[in-house]
Amino acid sequence: MALLSFERKYRVRGGTLLGGDLFDFWVGPFYVGFFGVTTVFFAMLGTILIFWGAALQGTFNPWTINIAPPDLKYGLGLAPLADGGLWQIITICAHGAFISWALREVEICRKLGMGYHVPIAFGVAIFAYTTLVVIRPLLMGAWGHGFPYGIFSHLDWVSNVGYSYLHFHYNPAHMIAVTFFFTTCLALALHGALILSAANPAAGEEMKTPDHEDTFFRDFIGYSVGTLGIHRVGLLLALNAGFWSAVCIVISGPIWTESWPSWWNWWLDLPFWAD
Amino acid sequence: MAEYFNIFNQVQVQGPPEAGMAGPGKPETDRVGPPFFNTWVGWIGNAQIGPIYLGFLGIVSLVTFILALNIVGLNMLAQVGWSISEFLRQGFWLALEPPGPQHGLSMPPLDEGGWYIIASLFLLISVMSWWVRSYLRADALGMGKHVCWAFLAAIWLFLVLGLFRPVLMGCWCEAVPYGIFPHLDWTTAFSIRYGNLYYNPFHALSIVFLYGSALLFAMHGATILAVTRMGGDRELEQIADRGTASERAALFWRWTMGFNATMEGIHRWAFWFAILTPITGGIGILLTGTVVDNWYLWAVEHHFAPEHPGEYGYDVYQGGE
Repeated sequence: MALLSFERKYRVRGGTLLGGDLFDFWVGPFYVGFFGVTTVFFAMLGTILIFWGAALQGTFNPWTINIAPPDLKYGLGLAPLADGGLWQIITICAHGAFISWALREVEICRKLGMGYHVPIAFGVAIFAYTTLVVIRPLLMGAWGHGFPYGIFSHLDWVSNVGYSYLHFHYNPAHMIAVTFFFTTCLALALHGALILSAANPAAGEEMKTPDHEDTFFRDFIGYSVGTLGIHRVGLLLALNAGFWSAVCIVISGPIWTESWPSWWNWWLDLPFWAD
Repeated sequence: MAEYFNIFNQVQVQGPPEAGMAGPGKPETDRVGPPFFNTWVGWIGNAQIGPIYLGFLGIVSLVTFILALNIVGLNMLAQVGWSISEFLRQGFWLALEPPGPQHGLSMPPLDEGGWYIIASLFLLISVMSWWVRSYLRADALGMGKHVCWAFLAAIWLFLVLGLFRPVLMGCWCEAVPYGIFPHLDWTTAFSIRYGNLYYNPFHALSIVFLYGSALLFAMHGATILAVTRMGGDRELEQIADRGTASERAALFWRWTMGFNATMEGIHRWAFWFAILTPITGGIGILLTGTVVDNWYLWAVEHHFAPEHPGEYGYDVYQGGE
């Protein structure tokens, strides 16, 4: 049954958003629920379609499978299956699976009496994905502006879209997003390391306390955000990384169509510079 | 339901500031700066700012960092004819560039990259003495040295970029310029010169760990905030004596994805994801130009470069047809 020693008393009925008691059960460690069923449906259908696309492409090499979006000539219309239609249906399936997953998380939160922080955070990730494959293509008038589904093919898309704005590092929102990503990584390293260093002290020492954590960080950099605060900082940093990533791509094309380096000319042309 | 949603500190209690714990060795007497409270900071975390332990190494680190920063800044200022206005106007575009290729690994004249070498030396001293501090401060409190080793992972990437790779390539000119836009230009030029860094598998791994770190911190931060009602933020107590907060946090992920970490284990996942970002990234940079000259051709050779229909890809780039 895959039950943890303390798990049985937590497996209670209720808390579902939809379906009442119908799917209110577990399979192995997994909670099912109405949204578990829809997750499986969309995930299976999407995966099968990816394999179909791979078969049409003639490769099952996972690095090179490439499910491309429709050609730009189809605009916002439906494309033939073998010519981007698969990408369109897979995109719908991905949304179905991601949103179902988030709602299933809400149901699990309700069962466990937890806050909704995790599904809300996941919602930001879904929003970033939607921005890439729905919002920006809609704003630019063609599904062909979505990115292809493939491990290295999507990197080609990133590269090509980046260079079509000459130099994407000059995109101010991209700068903010990258800064948030790096800072998240730094903060995660510090938080993980700090907890481990207090829980696994020097040889012969007793396990340390949150006061030692605060003291170490104040000694080290003059400030300790604290045991509660670090999780707020981490969550906010991570969500901002995702959010600004979405911003940096949605302004490229719909709002700014020239090179990103030239965007910065406004700074050079400010009226108050002395000649 | 509302009380479940821990977002900001709604109540701030202010007592006398915490002076800090004494370690197993001599009590700390070198903590400086009278602590003060900031209410805005207190909305997110601890309101107390300071004190800090500086000591000999802390002062060395600060002084050498300020020296490095001023060498970079004064060189930029010299480039715009010592005009403060032009320095501010062109600041993002200015850089202290490394020596030109004609100088190899020798010490060039000051205005041909010599200042760059001196600034880099000061920066190296600054970073390394701050790193030693991370060991000594943990040691003084009898704690593990995990922060120190994590810091070393970042220093590895820093040394690959500024020392190891330039030495292997036989030229300081390979190092990264000090400047806002110029270091971004360097990054893009580096990728283009070596045939698109996206095909570098270690670059790909580094990105995976970078995004993975954001994913992990979002998952972990959100999970802990969601169980603060049960005291989940007191992680050390939960590690030593598992409470209902840990149990619910674990079951949330077990029921969601069939797997859960423990309260201690999640921090091991966090530690490794975060430090593998610069470790794999550094390996990717070190191999570029020294072992592999064109990552795209390398990918074609190893059968993982995707093929694209139509006018797309390397053949067109070469001007074929």
